[in-house]
Amino acid sequence: MADSRPASDQAIPAGLTRDQLLALYRWMRLTRTLEERLVALYRQTKVVGGLFRSLGQEGCAVGSAFALERRDVLSPLIRNLGSMLVKGATPVEILRQYMAKGDSPTRGRELNIHFGDVEDRHFVGQISHLGDMVPVMAGVTLTFKMRGEDRVGLVYVGDGATSTGAFHEGINFAAVQRCPLVVVVENNGYAYSTPTCRQTAAAQFVDKAIGYGIPGVRCDGNDVLEVYRVTQEAVARARRGEGVTLLEMLTYRRKGHAEHDNQSYVAPGEIEQWATTNDPIDRYVVRLTTEFGVAQAELDAIDAAVAAEVDAATDVAEASPPCDGPDALVGVYADPPRMPTLWFRDGVGSAVAEHERPASWGTHHG
Amino acid sequence: MAEITFLEAIREGIAEEMERDPNVFLLGEDIGGFGGAFKVTEGLQARFGEQRVIDTPIAEAGIVGAAAGAAHYGMRPVVEMQFIDFISCAYDMLTNYAATARYRAFLPCSIVVRGPSGGYVRGGPFHSQNPEAAFLHTPGLKIAYPATAEDAKGLIKSAIRDPDPVLFFEHKYLYRRIKGVMPPGDHLVPFGKARVAREGKDLTIVTYAATVWKALEAAEQLAAEDGLSVEVLDLRTLLPMDHEAIVASVKKTNRVLIVHEDTVTGGVAGEITAQISERCFEWLDAPIRRVAAHDVPLPYAPPLEDFVLPQTSDIVRASRWLAAY
Repeated sequence: MADSRPASDQAIPAGLTRDQLLALYRWMRLTRTLEERLVALYRQTKVVGGLFRSLGQEGCAVGSAFALERRDVLSPLIRNLGSMLVKGATPVEILRQYMAKGDSPTRGRELNIHFGDVEDRHFVGQISHLGDMVPVMAGVTLTFKMRGEDRVGLVYVGDGATSTGAFHEGINFAAVQRCPLVVVVENNGYAYSTPTCRQTAAAQFVDKAIGYGIPGVRCDGNDVLEVYRVTQEAVARARRGEGVTLLEMLTYRRKGHAEHDNQSYVAPGEIEQWATTNDPIDRYVVRLTTEFGVAQAELDAIDAAVAAEVDAATDVAEASPPCDGPDALVGVYADPPRMPTLWFRDGVGSAVAEHERPASWGTHHG
Repeated sequence: MAEITFLEAIREGIAEEMERDPNVFLLGEDIGGFGGAFKVTEGLQARFGEQRVIDTPIAEAGIVGAAAGAAHYGMRPVVEMQFIDFISCAYDMLTNYAATARYRAFLPCSIVVRGPSGGYVRGGPFHSQNPEAAFLHTPGLKIAYPATAEDAKGLIKSAIRDPDPVLFFEHKYLYRRIKGVMPPGDHLVPFGKARVAREGKDLTIVTYAATVWKALEAAEQLAAEDGLSVEVLDLRTLLPMDHEAIVASVKKTNRVLIVHEDTVTGGVAGEITAQISERCFEWLDAPIRRVAAHDVPLPYAPPLEDFVLPQTSDIVRASRWLAAY
């Protein structure tokens, strides 16, 4: 039964219900537990490629995606697993994708969380080229504007992607067209090993909004309720036809760029400082239990349910079939549906038997 | 039916598709009230409105990316590059994003990126390019490069209806020099079907775009002066390419010259050469030869540009070499 009562006398921010408060917790916990499972699978060499964590950034992804309706379109980045789960991606899909299974969302063609669904759950498969999804989402939301549909888009970039031409071209075009788009700069301190001070001379990323003639709002990205509130306001603005908003969310990347990265470039103690004093889940648990009257037992029950869900999903994904090599040739184009297998792969027959030798071969004629 | 120019044929094709399908819309720099640098879209904003003929910032990657995003949600955007030379600014969006969309994510990506290409117009290094070979190497893209007004219309209409990303090169030398009478009705030219522009039996010239006309001039001269019967094959589309038509012509004439305006090294002719070698080597009576641009950026001054680009006289000379081999 949905419980729409406020959890306590304390005002719950942005009109959230008690169920929604717990849902936010659950999505963050699911994100973290699922990634921890992926780490275990990675160490067992069952994850084929790299593994990208969002440890410490779950509040940004979950809080912002929670402000969207199902019909709205999300464009996640590599550290936005949580946003995809909120939007309806399932742990089984994520696990199959990382393990390159034949029934993964991309049938083994793409890695990690690079997949989408534009027919039902509405999130768009990203590519590795940073910033490129900003113009793409400008086009998605331009379409909604042209058709008069009540739908908005949200696109994430990292601090690093703000340096790309695609980011600039996309946000500028969307701003000019007043597209219903929210651009989230998730500032986690590092682009691979490069700190933000080497990424920009701007005092803060949100200052870039001024140059595009759009509002910019900066928030504490590790406060999931603040992230939700700020995103919800930007989404509402977009829905009212008032155009693009740039949000900067301050957070911290506690793991390396990918699992292989030992973070040798990080100052000693920095990661531990964030882990012990500014973890988005820990901070939220304190608020839930002290301000909103949620019992620790309720949270423990959610944790147990999440763990069971991830266990079950792992079993399903591990049992999934591998890809079949020749399927690699399917689906580059609508027509032809399949690219030809090259001649050397099908077995090489006799040149004499396979080739005609016309009477004119090797001669002059005419 | 009245004759119209190559340029008007493209405009007519776009307008017919906009009329037929409300999802077709145009994006580009100065394409609205101004009608585009070459006036290809002239009058279309007045006819279809600012929502469907959108003037954009100078942002080739941005607008190609936006077109892809719109296509994911069912639109059929047609993007103009003011000059096709600027398509390099959108290379990442086309090759990494749009070309892979169907394969990697099952995303519909029915976009057309079109624009004026080609030299012989004293445009210098940045308003004369033929960038088709740079994209021939990218699975997921289709490439059309028409030579006649009829094909320009029929191929742009097919391009707009195609479910995959299409690059549509419009040779600016042909824009107002070439005219044609449009076939009646819904005139569509399919991709991947070459056109025999002139029948012959002694030698095949495989070519596309503006050099089709130079090959035809050369064929006329060779017939008159040498009694040579030259077949000219106009490829129309490079991706997909009509290998069957090439092979059929080679089997008939046993000698083949490949002509294109793009630079020779790494050009489309190299790929055609390999295809002929693999498919009908035994039918050749002479080496496959190429006539193409010299490997330099295209210079501005007329004597320089004329020297670099393939001319009708080059095709005549090369054809005589092949015929005598």
